[in-house]
Amino acid sequence: MRRLFPHPALSLALVVLWFLLVQRWTLGNLVLAGVLATILPLLTSAWWPERPRMKRPFDFAAYVLIVLWDIVVANFQVARIVLFMPRDQIRSAWVTVPLDLRSLEAITLLAGTITMTPGTLTADMSACGRALLVHALHAPDPDAVRDEIKARYETRLKRIFE
Amino acid sequence: MMLVVEWGIAAVLVGGGLFALIGSYGLLRLPQAMQRLHAPTKATTIGVGAALLASSLGDLPGGGAFSAQEWLVAAFLLLTAPISALFLAKTLILRGEAGDTLPDTRTGRPWATLEQSPPEPSPEPPIPDHPVK
Repeated sequence: MRRLFPHPALSLALVVLWFLLVQRWTLGNLVLAGVLATILPLLTSAWWPERPRMKRPFDFAAYVLIVLWDIVVANFQVARIVLFMPRDQIRSAWVTVPLDLRSLEAITLLAGTITMTPGTLTADMSACGRALLVHALHAPDPDAVRDEIKARYETRLKRIFE
Repeated sequence: MMLVVEWGIAAVLVGGGLFALIGSYGLLRLPQAMQRLHAPTKATTIGVGAALLASSLGDLPGGGAFSAQEWLVAAFLLLTAPISALFLAKTLILRGEAGDTLPDTRTGRPWATLEQSPPEPSPEPPIPDHPVK
């Protein structure tokens, strides 16, 4: 079983995704979804050897809602900077964010979250994977940016994944 | 009631369009390459998101069904936008066009994009067949 479905959650997600895509509830589509849910995880499992453990799925749902809300807020903040702030007053800065997370999936999520939320962008990672390089569009105080990322997102991800 | 929904959808569409416009304007206005990366990753997300929301609910006032495909588009947008932004940023860093000097990683290793590939391990010295006299 483990060998046929290396990522059960991924297989389930593929079935749901297929039905959302075709929007028709027929047996034929269920068979097709089942075939896809078996083949795709098998073909890609070589690049994804470990199975991510999500300890608190409800916390993850809350995390998604927080991030979506932050994305909306981020849009207004960036729009204001783009439209009204004089060019020479935009204080862009590089920020090094040391990582406490070790789970690869959690770090990927954190990097994606940083890119999608208020005025920050993940640009690189240290070669050992212990720090992220973040570019802030307007950050008069770069340390505050780092502290907010760690407090608002990283601690939540750490609770969910580790 | 349906009129309210229709007006709501129209407002979402116009608002999203405005954000997409602002994002494009940011591309023109911001002076540094790294700053320009911010505009499309943020403002465009809500622009596309609003268009998808309107499209998903758009058939409701006419008695049509709620459509789920738009939510898939939104999900894949959220998954892929950070990755394309990351690759653009890494390219800028590699070409030395990322502006100011980068801060230290404070981990003892450089940033992944800038790390030189480790030197090839030198081949083992051949073991002589006969002990050297």
